[in-house]
Amino acid sequence: MSHYAPDAKYQELAPGGIIPQAGNAEEYSTGAWRLQKPVRRDEDCIDCMFCWVYCPDNACWTKDQSVKGLQFDYDHCKGCAICAQVCPKKCIDMVPEDQES
Amino acid sequence: MPEIKPMEGNQAVAEAMRQINPDVVAAYPITPSTEVVQTFSSFVANGLVDTNYVAVESEHSAMSACTAAAVAGGRVMNATSSQGLALMWEILYITASLRAPVILTVVNRALSGNINIHCDHSDGMGARDCGWVQLYGENVQEGYDNLLQAVRIGEALDVRLPVMNCIDGFLVSHSYELLQVEDDAPVKDFVGPYQAVNPLLDISHPISIGPLDLWDYYFEHKRGQCDAYPPAKEAILAVGKEFGKTFGREYGLMEEFMLEDAELAVVALGSTAGVAKVAVESLREDGVKAGLLKLRAFRPFPAAEIAAALQGKKAIAVFDRAISFGAASGPLFSEVAAALYTAGQQIPALSVLYGLGGREITPEQISGVFRQLPEVASGGQPADPVLFLGVRE
Repeated sequence: MSHYAPDAKYQELAPGGIIPQAGNAEEYSTGAWRLQKPVRRDEDCIDCMFCWVYCPDNACWTKDQSVKGLQFDYDHCKGCAICAQVCPKKCIDMVPEDQES
Repeated sequence: MPEIKPMEGNQAVAEAMRQINPDVVAAYPITPSTEVVQTFSSFVANGLVDTNYVAVESEHSAMSACTAAAVAGGRVMNATSSQGLALMWEILYITASLRAPVILTVVNRALSGNINIHCDHSDGMGARDCGWVQLYGENVQEGYDNLLQAVRIGEALDVRLPVMNCIDGFLVSHSYELLQVEDDAPVKDFVGPYQAVNPLLDISHPISIGPLDLWDYYFEHKRGQCDAYPPAKEAILAVGKEFGKTFGREYGLMEEFMLEDAELAVVALGSTAGVAKVAVESLREDGVKAGLLKLRAFRPFPAAEIAAALQGKKAIAVFDRAISFGAASGPLFSEVAAALYTAGQQIPALSVLYGLGGREITPEQISGVFRQLPEVASGGQPADPVLFLGVRE
């Protein structure tokens, strides 16, 4: 809904609750409710990209077909821990949000 | 030339659907509305329409498919009853919220339990808050006429709401009456081509539908939806008037039968209005100033118009063919009473609960209620405001 200003009046919103643009999920932060965040230990990572493939929120950063050294998009990661589950090297730790990684 | 044909209510609805030729019908048949989609599916099989007919596995799926097809950009229709409508419940709200003008014929039937296939309005009344327009028809002709108008009302550009075309199960759906079937060409002209708004299949203008909508915008969206109902009321009037000019049968938000000079009035929905007309006519012969307000549009609820029509009556009885369990009265009564209160009218009023599960209602019973009304009028509010009519006790 970030297509609209935070103080947009109801008359300014499109009927039907639609957003008259596509591909806008990136603009809406959904990471605030996360209890645990994934942290990758890069020294054990073999760059198999499983975390990127399985992430349901496109919250696994990649560059040049590599995830190594890039960590995660914490504005959209909801802490589901699928990445940690599928990691064949078990090198993704789920760190409680109230604890320093 | 229009033809006069004997038809059941369900066949009349299917005939109207053939003439409208919707893009998609996704249905899961249920008694007593089965024949609507059964007959319509034979039209599809025989090539009389080019509708994409989707046989789904439940009513939940039926309304999901209908809503999806409507937001994709198609004209969509369906029919259901009772438990079928109940299973559609969570999608009904979504259809209205997405402003998808799906047209659903609801052949009114009692809700379980215990299981019952006959007429009452507990299904439609249960769905009254989901955001759909609701039209209640009295007879076979109105089931046909209302469906043709529902398309125009729901699709009006300042409305864009789904519409329920309600007819009474068995009493109308399975009753043969003489129906004036209009010619295809003027019907198609009246209904007109479908005009999609923000269709998902318009890939050159991509949009997002049904996104996450929390404390930050949800309330604004609901407030915005409220603005669709006053135009819907105007559309019902305008389309009803145009229907009258085109086909000779004009419709409004309600029908007033011998109401203007009446001192005592009954308010009713559906086929009971026909029974009440017989009662009113016979009471008039006896010198009783009786009248009927037959409500056609229950949603949007024409509160001000009802208050104006009932102004000055000495007493009224509001007939509900549904119970709102735990409420102080029937659902229609509550809304009529609120309409009168808001208009500053203190008319002594009786809430009559009747006809549950197909229990018959007769002109004599309605006359009996009329004959109680002078006492209600003289005593102010009735001692017992709720009358269960026709139950053994």
